[in-house]
Amino acid sequence: MSESFSSLMAPPSTWEEFTEGLWKRNPVFVMVLGMCPTLAVTVSAINSLSMGIATTFVLAASCFLVSVMRKMIPKEVRIATYIVIIATFVTVTDYAIQAISLDLYEALGAYIQLIVANCLVLGRAEAHAARTPPVAATMNAIGMGLGFTLSLVMIGGVREILGAGAFFGIPLFGEHFQPWVVMVLPPGGFFVMAGWLLLFSILRRRAQMKADAQSAEADALKTSGACHGA
Amino acid sequence: MSAPDTTSQPQPTDALAHATPTFTLLRALSVVSAVCGLIIVASYLLTLDRAKDNRRLASERAVVKVLPNAKTVKPFLALANGDIVPAGEGDPPTGAIRFYAAYDEKGRLDGIAAEGAAKGYADIVRVMFGYRKECQCIVGIGVVSMRETPGIGDKILTDKDFLANFKALDVQLNEDLTSLANEVKVVKHGTKSQPWQIDAISGTTITSRAVGKGINEAAQVLLPRLVPKIDRLEKP
Repeated sequence: MSESFSSLMAPPSTWEEFTEGLWKRNPVFVMVLGMCPTLAVTVSAINSLSMGIATTFVLAASCFLVSVMRKMIPKEVRIATYIVIIATFVTVTDYAIQAISLDLYEALGAYIQLIVANCLVLGRAEAHAARTPPVAATMNAIGMGLGFTLSLVMIGGVREILGAGAFFGIPLFGEHFQPWVVMVLPPGGFFVMAGWLLLFSILRRRAQMKADAQSAEADALKTSGACHGA
Repeated sequence: MSAPDTTSQPQPTDALAHATPTFTLLRALSVVSAVCGLIIVASYLLTLDRAKDNRRLASERAVVKVLPNAKTVKPFLALANGDIVPAGEGDPPTGAIRFYAAYDEKGRLDGIAAEGAAKGYADIVRVMFGYRKECQCIVGIGVVSMRETPGIGDKILTDKDFLANFKALDVQLNEDLTSLANEVKVVKHGTKSQPWQIDAISGTTITSRAVGKGINEAAQVLLPRLVPKIDRLEKP
């Protein structure tokens, strides 16, 4: 990751910290981190949204605490302390969801506890929060969390629309729609994930080709201009 | 981990450059654990009441689903020695079965609801069933939890023909009140001929069987203890 590279440049503004994870380095579609919940809970838009919010909370709270304690934590025990901190906020989330709604708790199942093992959270604590002051670290974590939530809802939305004919529980197609059951089964997660990745890589290649063409054109202009002048 | 810093940090923080004394390590871990412990305990205490209420509401909702006339619901335990006691806090003693007595708005006993569980296709299927003593039969079921295949296993929630099995599923006891007169049995789709049989959904046989097995096992144990004493539950 280009963490060491970016730290050579001027420190990014708080706004840049926040927007980094939303799109430019989206955790799911660009960094491809945290695939377990991404594929497992995205059977409906509401599950995806709740999982995303839960992860965002854990990510932001853990990154804040890691950042506050970063000067006090010796390098030798940093992974152990990060895991303890992350596990703490996962437990808090677990209790909170039980208090908010048991239905939601049932739907998210074991995946709440598994946020501990979501490599996105540990990855951001280690690669970013441990070297950044609290405000910047928290903003970045919130941005990353929202980027993660957005991606989950994009996958979960497509799966729910095709697999259940509804979006956030609102039926879209009427009674005669035959749902694509495969979309709410595990393979559907891979299909939709692959579809989005394909779309983004096509878009990125287009943009790249356009940029290349433009710079080539500019070069050509420069050369011809030079020739003309001579 | 005293190996040279492999991450290409331009200016490694000086504390990280050398091996840290054991005391510092211990102090760091203790402080982190203490802070985290406090956070966990605080959030546990803050959410405890709400979580308990939610759990109680969820089981009451499940009871109302199988016994729609229920206005108040009280949990009881049927102990292994045949006694019926109100269910209190904490874990029930071994061999006890939890059930709910449902009372209608006039305070009369409307029916009994209890839970059965059996292995389905993906995981345990837990069903709540409603029992009425007037007909000695099961009058409705609801699923408490399951992880069956969507679109296949979850037909047990929606299939009208399957749910019709539970409008009056016979669970009479035999003459000496020790077990069901006829075991509740799941039969192949379209072959139901007796009131104690359950007509399976074709294509959803495994989940259908799990429902039948869960009900049978729970009823076989609960009803012999409950039926002789059911009159005691008349008043809430």
